[in-house]
Amino acid sequence: MEIYEIILKNYNYWIFIILMFTGLYGVIAKNNIIKKLIGMNIFQTSIILFYVSLSAKLDGTIPIITETDKHKPDTLIDAANYMNPLPHVLMLTAIVVSVATIGVALALAIKVYRTYETLEEDEIRRKIASGYTGEN
Amino acid sequence: MIHQLPGLIVIVPLLASLAAAASGWVNRKYPFIIAFLALSFTAYASISMLIYTAGGNVLTYHMSGWAPPVGISYKIDALNALVLTAIQIIALINLPVSNSYVKYGFEKKEAPFYGLYLLFITGLTGITATEDAFNLYVLLEVSSLTGYALIGMGNTRSPFAALNYLIIGTIGASLYLLGVGYIYIKTGTLNMTEMSLMLPLLKDSSTIIMAFCLCVAGILTKAALFPMHGWLPGAYSNGPNASMGIIAPLTTKVMIYVLIRLGISIFGVELFIESFSLSNFMVNFCAIAIIAATLKALYHTKLKKILSYIIIMEVGYMAGGFFLGNSDGTTGAIIHIINDAAMTFCLFIAAGAITSKFLEEDIRNIRGIFEKMPFTSLAFAGGALAVIGIPPTCGFFSKWYLIKGGFGAGQYLFAGALIFSSFINAVIFFRIFEKSFFSDKNHHKTPENLQAQNINTNKQISEAPLSVVVPLVSSLGLIIFLGLMTGKIVENYIIHLI
Repeated sequence: MEIYEIILKNYNYWIFIILMFTGLYGVIAKNNIIKKLIGMNIFQTSIILFYVSLSAKLDGTIPIITETDKHKPDTLIDAANYMNPLPHVLMLTAIVVSVATIGVALALAIKVYRTYETLEEDEIRRKIASGYTGEN
Repeated sequence: MIHQLPGLIVIVPLLASLAAAASGWVNRKYPFIIAFLALSFTAYASISMLIYTAGGNVLTYHMSGWAPPVGISYKIDALNALVLTAIQIIALINLPVSNSYVKYGFEKKEAPFYGLYLLFITGLTGITATEDAFNLYVLLEVSSLTGYALIGMGNTRSPFAALNYLIIGTIGASLYLLGVGYIYIKTGTLNMTEMSLMLPLLKDSSTIIMAFCLCVAGILTKAALFPMHGWLPGAYSNGPNASMGIIAPLTTKVMIYVLIRLGISIFGVELFIESFSLSNFMVNFCAIAIIAATLKALYHTKLKKILSYIIIMEVGYMAGGFFLGNSDGTTGAIIHIINDAAMTFCLFIAAGAITSKFLEEDIRNIRGIFEKMPFTSLAFAGGALAVIGIPPTCGFFSKWYLIKGGFGAGQYLFAGALIFSSFINAVIFFRIFEKSFFSDKNHHKTPENLQAQNINTNKQISEAPLSVVVPLVSSLGLIIFLGLMTGKIVENYIIHLI
């Protein structure tokens, strides 16, 4: 029963761990550069999901104070009713960072492709070792 | 004015980079002028903050007036101010050097280059100045992405090396982000001062220990400590000369600054050192890193690869010095950040000048540097002596503190590794001095023989242009100046931190 509790209660953390290691496996084991980049992106996405799952609360609602709430008399805005917006905001920044990283990575991959005519990492390393300078 | 400076020092280069990139359409010369103005301002700002924080004062700046934990705050204390000044001065001195390489190499691309240059400096400045853990991650990624782009501009092997650097660096930064998430779960705040108040109470929580491991692992990956160093030799030896002047000295050093900041201000020394005898393990680990990097530097013959492995070795010094846990070790690590930035700057600019003039990367094929490029070789010799650790250069003083700390903490392997690496560095550099500085006068005189040995005799090799020589020689002067000022630096700044 202990194991079921550990898995079922924290299933969100298990999901993010599995995603993280899938991403790392992609980066390490795959040969193609694009597959490595996708693995890196999965790794970053798992961290983003982790943060977002931090902000969820039982019976919490969207963290926006609407007009009707403001006009109710004698109402205190109780933070426990709303989901925590801070991790959402932080992860917006992190998503932008990961998009920018993929952009720079793809630009570099284009340059690599133009020089070496291939995107397989072992072929590129073989070409570098044999002194291939490319047709530019 | 002084109280606005912590914010301005990050905002000015940020806006200037946009202005520099845009002004390229108006006139080809404007990006350089904008970069020069922005970096002079930040140099002035960092020096005035340095003067202000001497003796332990602290400058705090809340972005938009929102106090933490609601807002982001920037705090400059003595450690910050030292590293900030190092960054700004190196960026400013490097500007004419980059300009000469950009004029010859990347003619149409000045505006994007200076935009990236200023963004890179913005990122590093922000990492140093900020007090908010997540803001640190954002600026870390800003500086890293611009670094990848700046390195990818080089020769044919550089995009692949930059891609390699990108993948490893992003994973390192993501590990740091995960660590910050763990801290946020437990403390509910992202502000470093508030974290440092809460974390000693949470010392036994496994989340915090895991957070510490993740943050340190991520930061050391970006700092290129030994097993995580795979990206550095490829990226630094293939990067373009125009940008290696700022990337090589600064990137890894600022990461070591982040490590020291994590240790001193956030986690506190008790967690670092006393829990599960981390100190012992990490110091031996760093000792192995130093020995491995030194031996690899001995093995290679390409000038820039040798210097890259020397950088990895220096990172081992600093990380090991910090993990020693006593005040000498931390003093040595902090001084070494600044000294190593100056030494690496001098060496990389000199190496760039030598390899671009001789068009040859391999040390075995270069002869006669001293006759053809006297100032460059003088600066290279000065930087080499600093790395070996000879007084009065600054390298001696930082090694002195590190070895003293090593013996004080009883970590004889670490101190032995330091001494061993000094000897091996002497071998490496004196080999370069002996073979490459002077041309052989005794034998192999005939041209056929020289051609057979692949030595470049035809080109009219002259001294590097003045815009390269002046920063080079001034960095040499800086090395000696820092060495002589070490006592004052320690007295005024570092004592208050420890």
